[in-house]
Amino acid sequence: MDNMVNIFLFGKKYEVPDNLTIMSAMEYAGYQLVRGCGCRNGFCGACATIYRIKGEQELKSCLACQTKVEDNMYIATLPFFPLVKKVYDIEKIAPTEQIMMQLYPEIYACIGCNACTKSCTQELNVMQYIAYAQRGEYEKCAEESFDCVMCGVCSARCPAGISHPQVAMLARRLNGKYLAPASEHLENRVKEIKDGTFTELIEALMQKPIDEIKELYNNREIEK
Amino acid sequence: MYPERFTESIKKVEAAREKNISLEPARMTAQEKEDLLKAYHPDYKENEFEVLKIGPNKGEKVPKELAAILQAHSRITADSVNLEKPDYDVDVLIIGGGGAGASAAIEAHEAGANALIVTKLRIGDANTMMAEGGIQAADKENDSPAIHFVDAFGGGHYAAKRELLSKLVCDAPEAIKWLNELGVEFDKDENGRMVTTHGGGTSRKRMHAAKDYSGAEIMRTLRDEVLNRGIPVVDFTSAIELILDDKGNAAGAVLLNMETEELLVARAKTVIIATGGAGRMHYQGFPTSNHYGATADGLVLGYRAGAKLLYADTLQYHPTGAAYPEQIFGALVTEKVRSLGAKLINVNGEAFMHPLETRDVSAASIIRECSDRANGVDTGNGLGVWLDTPMIEKIGGEGTIEARIPAMMRMFAKYGIDIRKEPILIYPTLHYQNGGLDISDDCMTTKVENLFVAGEAVGGIHGRNRLMGNSLLDIIVFGRSAGKNAAAKMKDVKLGKLTLSHVDSFEKEIKDSGIETNEVSPKLLPDYRRKEEDK
Repeated sequence: MDNMVNIFLFGKKYEVPDNLTIMSAMEYAGYQLVRGCGCRNGFCGACATIYRIKGEQELKSCLACQTKVEDNMYIATLPFFPLVKKVYDIEKIAPTEQIMMQLYPEIYACIGCNACTKSCTQELNVMQYIAYAQRGEYEKCAEESFDCVMCGVCSARCPAGISHPQVAMLARRLNGKYLAPASEHLENRVKEIKDGTFTELIEALMQKPIDEIKELYNNREIEK
Repeated sequence: MYPERFTESIKKVEAAREKNISLEPARMTAQEKEDLLKAYHPDYKENEFEVLKIGPNKGEKVPKELAAILQAHSRITADSVNLEKPDYDVDVLIIGGGGAGASAAIEAHEAGANALIVTKLRIGDANTMMAEGGIQAADKENDSPAIHFVDAFGGGHYAAKRELLSKLVCDAPEAIKWLNELGVEFDKDENGRMVTTHGGGTSRKRMHAAKDYSGAEIMRTLRDEVLNRGIPVVDFTSAIELILDDKGNAAGAVLLNMETEELLVARAKTVIIATGGAGRMHYQGFPTSNHYGATADGLVLGYRAGAKLLYADTLQYHPTGAAYPEQIFGALVTEKVRSLGAKLINVNGEAFMHPLETRDVSAASIIRECSDRANGVDTGNGLGVWLDTPMIEKIGGEGTIEARIPAMMRMFAKYGIDIRKEPILIYPTLHYQNGGLDISDDCMTTKVENLFVAGEAVGGIHGRNRLMGNSLLDIIVFGRSAGKNAAAKMKDVKLGKLTLSHVDSFEKEIKDSGIETNEVSPKLLPDYRRKEEDK
């Protein structure tokens, strides 16, 4: 028999095995999830959840698929949060400080409370990446925010109304497109393909009898 | 920290680590691989398959669970939906909001088409988001699309449709360039050279990555671009049947609001199925690395409307699913862990195979180690073998794991396992649907006009096994192509009268063939609620 714990889903008590994640505990209790469940592996941010352990003051946040239940856990899922997503044409913007001021001016209203960082389900230094965004240091903002799953908990806790995940998203795209060095070998290869450099080789493979391709495959030279 | 019952085996792994790092296990010969697969790969377990009695692939075998939903009742009848007043009327209807659907939407929009995405969860809730390891493209000097072709063709047991595979490899560098120009942050050195590694079965290092969030980085960028372009996305809305017109061409879909259960009608000049894979069907009882909605919906929709399947009898079991702790049972441990140097080690501390054989061969080899050879580790919830992650830090230097596979480090750290210092336990997990709907190289199905398919729902790009990094690639290459071609095709489409008569005909076929079933499909979501008998 499993060890059982009491949890409270939206205030209602259920007894569940203690080795379950919050997500599987909800299913054990009888919920057929539609919202609040995506990849079930910590990558998609669909299952942002807040909880408080009975008797404790602190309201904690987590991903339901990545967190084990605890005894006397009061749980509320947060399957959607209305983040502010500004639209822009990636081809027409530039990685300048002004672009953040234009699109996400509220980041400059950050009061430094650090609630975002404390609530991050990925344990990222959210306030720090917002600081980098304020200064137009997009490469640093991109790196610091890279593991963000855009669950939105940080924004739910922010007194300044910042949509941190969207700010970071913009910074990463600016960095990926404009700031990271261009890949010459990639440009060259795309051009070679357009020029037909490999056409003959590929056409030969399209016609080759299977046995000859097997011969090629089984005797490939494998790069060390 | 592992419980004590693992200590003895871990000590053996640690004691042999130095020796195992320097060891280069031999690669298997073609014959050895063939024998191994036949004896141990789940695709070869005859009693797990069933021959289809009806539909375009009548007489062919598919997994039992797939047969059940392909030969199941529709959620509707033809006369239960009013097709006269569509709720949506668009040029291109895209079913599915993963990497293929988003790429298709961007290109259809770019071509001037009025496109609509419907998705049963949210845009980005897809296997794309969870792809960790990387994306292949032959863009280095020592590589070429032809070498990429041979690697993938051989890895797929010479079964790929060559015209699809050549499109995949020839359009690969352009796909990387496109993503990079959208702002995807690939791992590069200070001069802009892509950091590339091997995947199982590759002969050149052509795996491009964004740490071990490669798919997530691609997906969130594509999603951002879809939103920037103002392409409408109807979320929590599944497609439950295709609509045809009186010429038998695809002309839209019947939609279901997943929350209110309201039925809606979308009329479209062309339709793109980008519904992804089938891991949540749990074929043969395997756990899965797939997202919540991976239930083969697109195969059901297409099949009922007359589209043909190709290689629906072949699935990919990723060799390294997490086997411990049970909270993450079946979750993906990226192949990149092995690309970076970690080897597969049995209970006795022996490196029992080359870590970078193709996925089907690796999975079969692990199953053999845990079954007939009795060299598996008892996890308490089944068997597994070690993947010796600390090797990575020894080979690449301290800090390599945090820099290159942070998601893996985080996933295990949540359960108190430090993969920099301790090995992890793995066992094969259901990962990828090799088969799918049969298409021509323009992405249109071979049987139903104006019905396009992209991504994991396609069959034949990879053959009977897929190499790591070729799926992220195919969703981009074929997603873009489907979007462009559907947008071009819609210009010549004059829709006839809409009909669901194929739904009734299929129901009649079920009856006439004597199939008795209560199953209703598409399945849409798995049901993980505690069953009455377990209470």
